[in-house]
Amino acid sequence: MPTVPATTVATRTMLFWCPDWPVTAALREHALPADTALVLVDRGEVFACSPAARQDGVRRGLRIREAQARSAGLVSLAYDSSLDERAFEPVIAAVETIMPGVQVIRPGLCAIRVKGPSRYYGSEEGAAGVVIDTLAAIGLTDVRIGIADGPFAAEQAARATDQLDDDDAPLVVIPSGGSPWFLSSYPLEVLDQPKLTVLLRRLGIRSLGDFAALRASDVRNRFGLEGAIAHRQASGLDHHDVVARTPPPHLDAVADFEPPLVRIDQLAFTMRAHAGAFIGALREAGLVCTAVHVALHTESGEVSERRWQHPRWFDADDVVDRVRWQLQGTNASDHGLTSGITRVHLVPDVVEDLADHADGLWGTGPDESIHHGLARVQGMLGHGAVLTAVIAGGRLLADRRVLIPWGDAPTGSDRVSRQTSVKERNQPWPGRLPGPAPATVFAERRAAAVVDSRGNPVDVDRRGLLSADPAFFSAASDDERRPVHSWAGPWPISERWWDPAGRVLHRFQLVDRSGSAWLLLLEDHAWWVEAGYD
Amino acid sequence: MQAATLDSRRMPTVPALARILPGGGLQSGSSYAVRNSCTLAMALLAGPSATGAWCCVIGVPDFSAEAAQGLGINLERLILIPDPGSQWLSVTAALVDVVSVVLVRAPDHLAPSEWARLKARLRQRGAALITLGAWKQSDSTLGVAESAWEGLGAGTGHLRTRRMKITATQPSGRLRHAYVGLDDLQGTTDSTGFGDHSASRSFDSVGPVAAAVAATDRSATSLFEPRLMKSS
Repeated sequence: MPTVPATTVATRTMLFWCPDWPVTAALREHALPADTALVLVDRGEVFACSPAARQDGVRRGLRIREAQARSAGLVSLAYDSSLDERAFEPVIAAVETIMPGVQVIRPGLCAIRVKGPSRYYGSEEGAAGVVIDTLAAIGLTDVRIGIADGPFAAEQAARATDQLDDDDAPLVVIPSGGSPWFLSSYPLEVLDQPKLTVLLRRLGIRSLGDFAALRASDVRNRFGLEGAIAHRQASGLDHHDVVARTPPPHLDAVADFEPPLVRIDQLAFTMRAHAGAFIGALREAGLVCTAVHVALHTESGEVSERRWQHPRWFDADDVVDRVRWQLQGTNASDHGLTSGITRVHLVPDVVEDLADHADGLWGTGPDESIHHGLARVQGMLGHGAVLTAVIAGGRLLADRRVLIPWGDAPTGSDRVSRQTSVKERNQPWPGRLPGPAPATVFAERRAAAVVDSRGNPVDVDRRGLLSADPAFFSAASDDERRPVHSWAGPWPISERWWDPAGRVLHRFQLVDRSGSAWLLLLEDHAWWVEAGYD
Repeated sequence: MQAATLDSRRMPTVPALARILPGGGLQSGSSYAVRNSCTLAMALLAGPSATGAWCCVIGVPDFSAEAAQGLGINLERLILIPDPGSQWLSVTAALVDVVSVVLVRAPDHLAPSEWARLKARLRQRGAALITLGAWKQSDSTLGVAESAWEGLGAGTGHLRTRRMKITATQPSGRLRHAYVGLDDLQGTTDSTGFGDHSASRSFDSVGPVAAAVAATDRSATSLFEPRLMKSS
């Protein structure tokens, strides 16, 4: 039978708690004022709400419509658990600079072994004060601290700061050995064991004190291991120890430029050394980076950020290329920077174990050389010039062809979007083209002309009726007139009829006397060649 | 022009085209020009692509990925470079190094010395070059001589199938032709594509695919004479 560790004294623990951390993280991420009525929505229900929203009567678990009805100016955002962790990282880092050995219980809740800090800062209250000041310095004002024997009692102490006056420091210290007394008045629900709680209630036990008064061996015999652990928690003898985390290695690279760099080649040259150091640090940690986040800061405070993926993993030259491409961009909206670059920040977004990517003894086959060759061409022509194609859903042929730069995932994460693209492609798409696909789909529309036997332009009226049978057509403005051999149409395509920007087109298939077939579009009385079956 | 002597230089090719190509299939290190049909060029890519070879299309922004997939080209191993700009030669040379088949738009002008260097690189790397548009310097020129569509009437139906007369010039200057349907150009893997000696036999008559077509009417031109089809 498993045993409960027989510690008689729980670890003296300081626990700091940031209430409503998901809300705080979202407010900080989106730079919203602290008094915003904000709710975080997870699967249509309120997951967390800000104090302002709570005052309006919004509660966790409400449906989003109900919450919006209760609070007029409600801002709702999707809940993102990774944001919680990401936003909490600087908080942990700040605390780790003043005291070592922080254990993250969950984002927003941290435990620290208080013995060392209390000796260093003179007292437990002094250590807590330092934590409060440090977090206030990074803009986090609502922090509660509880100090007691064991993390469980310390958490209850931190939550008990609600009952303090506003002008006191948000700190509750339970003196050493006082935890059983402090916990005794708490209801059983704080144990967070609903089954046990119901059973104990029916036995007439209503508080932790009543539960702790039972004999440990009796509880163990009757309720097993779970009950024994709960009993120890209730008795203030928490079996949990504070397990400090090992701070993760610092893998980001920051390059500062003074004076600011205004030329791309200057930047690329200077970045070479920084990129080498960045990749070298990853190698030393036994990692390779498959996605990197590049942030370019300019003198006037603009920031251009982009996440770059790599089909294999980044080496130093690849990183320099990405920085260069991000600056060159494919169009002005990509960066739109107006002043010199003062800082480049490289963050490894996805890192994987080096061993998973090691070369085989005889190399890893042709795909590696493909990648090198394509990277070279990308270096010559730019990132967006080397493409792979994916078939997506759509009615017009040009919409169905989606081109993705080599190395980028098809919008979103690979597997998911590939599945959705297949799903989207297999939707019915009324108005899509039947039969074999044409081999040439013109990237830019080419004007065409279609006339009837008397030489009048052929048109389609608003009821979709053809003015006359097409007799001749020319597939380009300078092309000769070709006699129509066989034809079909008009096939109406109504795109986004609910949207004023939607279009109504008519599609025709025409075969000329030489046997080549064309796909023509009629929009607003103008003819276009969509594709050719050559 | 030195002919390839080893069968291992032959790439998997769509059977309908293997019959008329010199050497019985797409030869690595050779260049082919396709005069007037993107479908035909895709069919040349389909054979190698179906067996896992990487293909690349340079300077053809109008290339239809959907038609390529329909002909059996693996889009995951297809690279598109729609606009190589002024660096046509260096981009093509870089890709000849790494992929098996390169499809390019025929350049307006290429100096003989540059072509000789590219040709040497093709031989060395064992890649095949296919140009869209007539190009005298290529080893073999393919084209669609006649084409007839079925399924379309006077305002009725839609395009269903196509029959083509495909011609290919031999290095000797002789012309070979075959009658194929659109389905015959699909890149179903020809398992005997490598080292199939029987494929290199003389093939001036029609093949099994075309036999069905040609047997009904030996004077094939009348068969391919476009005529107004009843919507049947």
